Amino acid sequence: MKPAMKRSNAPIFWGLFGAGGMLAALFGPVLVFVTGIAVPLGIILPADAMSWSHMHAFAQHWAGKGLLFVVVALFMWHAMHRIYHSLHDLGVHAASATRFACYGLAVLATLLAAGALLAVGF
Amino acid sequence: MNTSDPRRPYVRPMAGWWRRNPYFVEYMVHEATALFVAAYALILLVGLLRLAQGESAWNGWLEALRSPLSVIFHLVLLAAISYHCWTWFRIMPKTMPPLVVGGKRLAPGVITACGVAVAAVCSVAVLAAVWGATR
Repeated sequence: MKPAMKRSNAPIFWGLFGAGGMLAALFGPVLVFVTGIAVPLGIILPADAMSWSHMHAFAQHWAGKGLLFVVVALFMWHAMHRIYHSLHDLGVHAASATRFACYGLAVLATLLAAGALLAVGF
Repeated sequence: MNTSDPRRPYVRPMAGWWRRNPYFVEYMVHEATALFVAAYALILLVGLLRLAQGESAWNGWLEALRSPLSVIFHLVLLAAISYHCWTWFRIMPKTMPPLVVGGKRLAPGVITACGVAVAAVCSVAVLAAVWGATR
């Protein structure tokens, strides 16, 4: 009888890395520009584009909620997977401790984002 | 690792391996963009937490984004994440399955150019959507 092969969990983390990387490549630069440069300085976009009424309504809508959650969670999963493997490249060898720290941070960010979006209400 | 081995075999030192070759330096630089993606995700996460705490907490976060230090940091983020965008699509021909069009394998440069073009379209679409929704 052949022993059952243990299924690898790598494809899940690779998938989250790839999805987050694609999202960051397509939308990362423009999001940084909008939230960190254009709106704070009031250039191109109106300075009140991210006012409480606008953003609260956006975060209460199911579509806005989904977009905000996907951006924060997937950016984090992408970054932490890459940092985990880069630590290995730098000689901090892939062990359960670095793995736990990196993916643990991504899990924490995902849960906090979900909690905040639920607290905003519908 | 082999310090207790009485034969003292030679172990090639690996410290600083990536600094010896410009190809690997670039590899480490594009891997390091992950630090900036993580930093931006954390900034947005703090924003979400402040939004959940109410109007004055949210306004405090907006005020912090207006500080010169924050704007400068976002310019750095913009540069790093734009570099991530470019390297992501530059590597994509190697990470995706071969794409065959008309019996010929699509050239890597075409795939990269398409990726960057789609990113440009997405950027304009987001700017237009935000402008349309908030003006």
